[in-house]
Amino acid sequence: MKITRMNFLRVLGGAVLAAGAGKFVKGIGDAAQTPSGVPGAKNFATAGGATGGDRAPKRWGMAIDFGKCGKGCNDCMRACRSAHNVPQIPDANHEIKWIWEEPYEKVFPYQRTDYERQDLVGRPLLVLCNHCADPPCTRVCPTQATWKRDDGIVMMDYHRCIGCRYCVAGCPYGSRSFNWVDPRPYIETMNPQFPTRTKGVVEKCNFCEERLADGLLPACVEACSQKALVFGDLNDENSAVRQALKSRYAMQRTPELGTGPSVFYLT
Amino acid sequence: MRDRALIFAGLFLFVAIVTCPLWWGIAARTSTQGPELKLAEGKTCVAPADYMRASHMQFLIDWRDGKVRQHHSQYTAYNGAHYNVSLTNTCLGQCHGSKKQFCDQCHSYVAISTPSCWDCHQDVSGKTATMATAAVPGRMP
Amino acid sequence: MYMLDKALIGSRRYWGWIALLLILVGVGFVCYCWQLIVGLGITGMSRDISWGIYIGQFTFFVGIAASAVMVVLPYYFHNMKEFGKITILGEFLAIAAVIMCMLFIFVDMGQPARVLNVLFYPTLHSMMFWDMISLGGYLLLNAVISAVMLDCEYKHLHPPRWLRPVVLFSVPWAISIHTVTAFLYNGLPGRSLWLTAILAPRFLASAFASGPALLILLCLLLRRLTSFDAGNEAIRKLGIIVAYAMSLNVFFLLLELFTALYSHVPEHSAAFRYLFFGLEGKHPLVPVMWLSVIMAAAALVALLVPALRNDRRILVVASALVFGSLWLDKGMGLIVAGFVPSPLGHVTVYTPTAPEIAIVFGVWAIGALILTVFYKITTSIREAN
Repeated sequence: MKITRMNFLRVLGGAVLAAGAGKFVKGIGDAAQTPSGVPGAKNFATAGGATGGDRAPKRWGMAIDFGKCGKGCNDCMRACRSAHNVPQIPDANHEIKWIWEEPYEKVFPYQRTDYERQDLVGRPLLVLCNHCADPPCTRVCPTQATWKRDDGIVMMDYHRCIGCRYCVAGCPYGSRSFNWVDPRPYIETMNPQFPTRTKGVVEKCNFCEERLADGLLPACVEACSQKALVFGDLNDENSAVRQALKSRYAMQRTPELGTGPSVFYLT
Repeated sequence: MRDRALIFAGLFLFVAIVTCPLWWGIAARTSTQGPELKLAEGKTCVAPADYMRASHMQFLIDWRDGKVRQHHSQYTAYNGAHYNVSLTNTCLGQCHGSKKQFCDQCHSYVAISTPSCWDCHQDVSGKTATMATAAVPGRMP
Repeated sequence: MYMLDKALIGSRRYWGWIALLLILVGVGFVCYCWQLIVGLGITGMSRDISWGIYIGQFTFFVGIAASAVMVVLPYYFHNMKEFGKITILGEFLAIAAVIMCMLFIFVDMGQPARVLNVLFYPTLHSMMFWDMISLGGYLLLNAVISAVMLDCEYKHLHPPRWLRPVVLFSVPWAISIHTVTAFLYNGLPGRSLWLTAILAPRFLASAFASGPALLILLCLLLRRLTSFDAGNEAIRKLGIIVAYAMSLNVFFLLLELFTALYSHVPEHSAAFRYLFFGLEGKHPLVPVMWLSVIMAAAALVALLVPALRNDRRILVVASALVFGSLWLDKGMGLIVAGFVPSPLGHVTVYTPTAPEIAIVFGVWAIGALILTVFYKITTSIREAN
């Protein structure tokens, strides 16, 4: 190759690009960790003190009792909404729903029969994120803005979410809502203890992980006047939810998809 | 010169654009008065002041990722004090009180906009901060 | 770069076209700014239909981008000399199409400032990560290939020897970009319209029909507007490629319809019934799909009868019908219908809003602008030689 000015500039440009690429790759590696550069600081501690140890990992789960629920109240939905600043947007296309009601036929479309039990026809059932054992939503997220925690909760990181809505497409249950507009004007009463979200990110039920960290039950479970919601550790044989599942027949939504939902419906 | 009018118009436009920081500043009545920070009274800092001044953004990111992604909700500072990891409750509520009187003072002066934390996290300016330094079981706003 | 000055010399008609495109880009840009301020709520998308025309257009134009392989493969692998003049046109079309795809993804994002998170936090189990890698790589490949080829033509040189393996490599890469795009959809358990193994072959077949069809139209347009002539043989061979690919595409669709409608399994057939007959009284896509079918049928008749296909005017109409039919099917039908019925059995209607359509036009105009500039440079160089 003749050493012309153009060739020299080309080689120089290539060298700069190569050096920059090296830095870029290193940068990606660094960004993947979270450096703690604070002088002299000890690191963080998980809520509740001891981390794991000999205890088996938790798997948080919930059982919803058909018989007790569906009495026309919406205590659980109101409790969730006020605890988490879930907006009430009048345009149904832009709704944000964490826990809400759907008729039985819509919740179990391919598990019902042609001649259904009388009290189930059109009966409103609660639906929410199932915090699946093998969630398709976390599989498809390109930034790990949603992931499955060790205790079974499918978490959202609103800081990292790019709003691509791939998780919304991936969820087979319709549990996820995207913020099409700024939600703040539509929040009835602001709870200062919990942040709102902003437009452009996806949100969903989080099993009240912030309350679980303090040893409290989820807001919906606590608020239910009929005690229709049973919550607990599915890996603990003696938990309330396991006791309920031992004695009652329970359904899951579309079990054939292999998602392994952690929400059961006690018939 | 046929294009005299065009040339002078172009020159004028160029000078106007190049000097716009000057006359924009005059119109906006900006002052050279520095930021007046009201520091939290009688409280110890979560980290040395010069570190916070230089790297508070990194500190906040560590808190954020530690809390959201690693489930770490308690933090032990360099001096042994415990803090609940929370932007609204601890940073504002417990220590610095008001976003307008603390954060915005410097950020507006140097015209570096605060990141979009406040689109989601609530600005509880005006509410009284608690003096507690022990680990406070609380939620994460 | 050093050849862009060729794009600055043109007739009034040329500058009129550039001006029109710039106006469309400007309007689209203003609407996008509005979308940034208010949020994606200004579009017609909803909680149930969370992907709309942006992603539909992305899917369609990935196909156009991949279709460059239909001229590159015969020329480089099988020495089909007739395509020698137009491989570079195919590569430029691929570049414009990939840039349009990336723009369609970008305008669809809720938090576009964070788009680099996909690279900062690489997620190997997410198909969207691989889509970004494959599209980016394809853009780079085609940029290098077309820049070097054009440069050599300008200087009357033979292309350097290292270019051939790069070109050969771009062929499987082109197949991969559209396969990865199909993988975005056909691994989702909750969307039965997409959960089918034949989605990737369908995508490839429709890509290899619509891309060369567009290339035929572009070549004939260039012949009319400039002194650049792709040659009758090249046009004829492209027509054969479109004929085969379109036949395959229609065949695959019929295969899908058989499985869905013969099995009577409600989950499989629900989306097809929505597309062709409507569900719960809602049928916004029914005229779109039947129009697509009629256009495809007419195009197939024109393409499969050699006497008709060899008539230039009929070939133009057939190519336009192929492009239009597949644009309706893939760009408007497939993505939206994947969300109907919703996981909770609701049928929601999606209608793109005016600002959404303006943004789509803006992205099209950017693609057309890039293509126009590239083709202008190419034809100027060819005319000078």
